[in-house]
Amino acid sequence: MAVHKHTYKDYTGPRTPAWSRFLVLARFGFARVYHLKFLFLFSIGCLFYPLVCAAYIYLSHNPSFLALFSIPADRLPHVDGRFFYFYSIVQGALAYLLTAFVEPVLVTPDFANGAMPLYFSRPFSRAEYVAGRISVLLILLSLITWIPGLVLFAIQSSIEGWDWMTGNLWLASAIVSGLFVWIVVLSLIGLALSAWVRWKIGAGALVLGVIFAGAGFGAAINSLMRTNYGALIDLTQVAHTIWSYLFRYDTGTEMSLTSAWIVLVVTCVICLWLLAKRIRPFEVIK
Amino acid sequence: MQPVIELDDLTVHFGEREILKSLRIALSGRIIGLLGPNGAGKSTLIHTLLGFCPASSGTAKILGHDIRAEADKVRTLVGYMPENDALIADMTAVSFVRMMGELSGLTEEAALERAHEVLFYVGLGEARYRQLGTYSLGMRQLAKLAQAIVHGPRLLILDEPTNGLDPAARTRMIKLIHDMKDSGEMHLLLCSHLLRDVEETCEDVLILKQGRIVHYANLESERRTNKRFVEIQTHGDDAGFAEALTAIGCECSAAGNGRFKAVLPEEFELREIYRVAAGRDLQLRRLNYRRDTLEDIFMKAMEV
Repeated sequence: MAVHKHTYKDYTGPRTPAWSRFLVLARFGFARVYHLKFLFLFSIGCLFYPLVCAAYIYLSHNPSFLALFSIPADRLPHVDGRFFYFYSIVQGALAYLLTAFVEPVLVTPDFANGAMPLYFSRPFSRAEYVAGRISVLLILLSLITWIPGLVLFAIQSSIEGWDWMTGNLWLASAIVSGLFVWIVVLSLIGLALSAWVRWKIGAGALVLGVIFAGAGFGAAINSLMRTNYGALIDLTQVAHTIWSYLFRYDTGTEMSLTSAWIVLVVTCVICLWLLAKRIRPFEVIK
Repeated sequence: MQPVIELDDLTVHFGEREILKSLRIALSGRIIGLLGPNGAGKSTLIHTLLGFCPASSGTAKILGHDIRAEADKVRTLVGYMPENDALIADMTAVSFVRMMGELSGLTEEAALERAHEVLFYVGLGEARYRQLGTYSLGMRQLAKLAQAIVHGPRLLILDEPTNGLDPAARTRMIKLIHDMKDSGEMHLLLCSHLLRDVEETCEDVLILKQGRIVHYANLESERRTNKRFVEIQTHGDDAGFAEALTAIGCECSAAGNGRFKAVLPEEFELREIYRVAAGRDLQLRRLNYRRDTLEDIFMKAMEV
């Protein structure tokens, strides 16, 4: 027998504060993401490289291990800007793949069946919707990018000592700022593109394609026009440029830091414009 | 009594086009029907009340709260069941309704409890753990209704709630609407193309045409006041009776078997009909005022 009365009752209980409502969307977003085993396993898999790096830091400072395999300590790569630059490239690429997998799962179903009026007929704004959706990705991507990066920095500091840490604090700030900027850009791209495609696989392909296509077009423009401006539409090049400056590792890039920042800002503005156009309670058909 | 919805010179434009034109009215019925032909501005009015469309000028109040200045308060008080498909296909009904409850400000525990309650209430109790994408059209309508009432709104806006429903599902929806009216403090605004739905459920009706209010009335009193149309049943030789009524100013037509329909002129005394019948030695077996149907009221409003 059903335990619930089949009559309508008013609700007179307490209400949560308005500022906390976006967290509801984030919580249900995480549940939706981790309901898919593939995404859960992929997220775990993204921590493989940081684990390898952690093992390297530990073993490269372990004299008995080095002696056992007769590895000269001075010939091993140092844990410095170059080390974290390559760490950022690997984890940045994985973050990009995770964005392409996760964001369509979060956003596309809302648009596929017209759920937007249901959100916005409640005391819930468009900004809160974006905050709720983007926070899921920001947290997920943080867990595989700058947070493990800081853990590596902490491991290295604990082994090398206080002097190394104080002398390399700029590395910690570079890890946080460089990777955080990248995951913000990825989240915005993922959210903006997923909102425009009603089909999950199509949205994922579009997110993947926009960076691959940018890289391809950039290379084509560079070779056809004999210029370097094509790199400006290649977001991976843009990110590498910023990271190379932040980690003080010269990669010989010809793109200026200012140009790279401008490209990222313009990309974010375009994504916000796309979101503003799309995230509405109802579609205006002209 | 505080009006449920107050429109104060409300005007809405889409680009250059004026969709709602200086609407000014106070609605205070328990269930208000919103009628009008396609393009009359019904959906725009609902969207404006919900804050989806900005008003170009004027304003509106719901239960005394301004839709612009107190938009969040208004949305807390309102539940909305949209016309079109509106759900998240890969969520179970209970998660979906619970999430919508939490977004309306219910605590986690309250939202979960209310989600179960309202799903049982609308008749989806046994299917509440199924994904919404697997639901039939009728079940989807019920799920939309469940999410609209989960937070206990004071005003429930139903946009075409019986759209696409089979007769059994339609009857169930109408019964739910009646039940909600009878329990609690909830007011309902029902927008429908189906006059029968509005006639069966609503007490008041607001008719829009080309963005203007052309009629607002209480259905019962509207029917009561229309006493100009009578149906007459006679017994005996009725030859010439229709002509005799026409001669005293009625528009009369014979419907056969002693039945007549007459439209009475203003200030007409009914005893005149009895006098004419007595003069012809004709028995009047029945004389009824014909009650206006909603269709009559609607068609009359459309002629304005």
